[in-house]
Amino acid sequence: MNLLDYFRASKVGSASVAKERLQILVAHERSSRNQPSYLPQLQRELLEVIKKYINVDQEAISFNFEQDDNQETLELNIVLPDYHPKNI
Amino acid sequence: MARIIVVTSGKGGVGKTTTSAAIAMGLAKKGHKTAVIDFDVGLRNLDLIMGCERRVVYDFVNVINGEASLNQALIRDKHCDLLYILPASQTRDKDSLTQEGVGKILEDLSKDFKYIVCDSPAGIEKGAHLAMYFADDAFVVTNPEVSSVRDSDRMLGLLSSKSRRAEQNEEPIKEYLLLSRYSPDRVKLGEMLSVDDVQEILSLHLLGVIPESKSVLNASNSGTPVILDEKSDAGQAYADIVARYLGEDKPHRFIDEKKGLFGKFFGSK
Repeated sequence: MNLLDYFRASKVGSASVAKERLQILVAHERSSRNQPSYLPQLQRELLEVIKKYINVDQEAISFNFEQDDNQETLELNIVLPDYHPKNI
Repeated sequence: MARIIVVTSGKGGVGKTTTSAAIAMGLAKKGHKTAVIDFDVGLRNLDLIMGCERRVVYDFVNVINGEASLNQALIRDKHCDLLYILPASQTRDKDSLTQEGVGKILEDLSKDFKYIVCDSPAGIEKGAHLAMYFADDAFVVTNPEVSSVRDSDRMLGLLSSKSRRAEQNEEPIKEYLLLSRYSPDRVKLGEMLSVDDVQEILSLHLLGVIPESKSVLNASNSGTPVILDEKSDAGQAYADIVARYLGEDKPHRFIDEKKGLFGKFFGSK
């Protein structure tokens, strides 16, 4: 600890932010690396079907594919639009 | 049989060619007959870093196309008799490389050489793919910086799925981390990802840390691999890396800051 470190100590380093962002990103990219190749196509087609009945946009639908030793899980999450009677 | 090493990173400008030149020279200086191949077709630079740019007559693509023999294209290094350079073509494009052609050249080189170092181009296109496809070992060159770490992780994914060893269900490529352009004082200030941070994210075996060093530019200016600058920190870091790769037990250096008397009192940025 030298003299200048004493004054620098108040400054928060950006490295911890970098590490946190990377950990999240890398975990996400690793999980999508192992997903089946048909998944994007499946996602598009499911979206088409859902849109026929419900007025939702792309962002309202999330896909999550998880894999562990003995099973694979495909999670589909649709956020339905708010119900406003006057808009109908 | 030769051991094939790919020097890769995904991201450009992190030190792949500097590393390829240094470790190839280091292996040759340790008495192992070594070839270093530039896979960056269209943008060759290994010749310049090795200081043999004026001696290039034939290149990698000429050999693949049967326009020259391997012996005609290989350039013997002026510093070390056991080191040979196979330059990339400057006039063709990356589609000139074929998997069969590259495989044949590596097979021929394997008969005569102990180590073959493949200097990968940046990116994940054909040149980069073929540079790593036949590899036994991968040196993943990473800077302590977000985009470089992310790209390295992407390369790790490709190494484990799109290589010959992966496709033929053989023992996977051995992957090593080389953390370059490291500034211990900036790490201490919390401004730069530390060795531990990068290792935690990538979970790779650390082969060595190369400090940010003026000697790297000095070496490239003169066309001498930095490992020959034995007094420099980067040169010593690469010498340690080669020794560790060959199984010697060398403690890691250049991770903690080194300060002079002035720095001890006042610190340095």
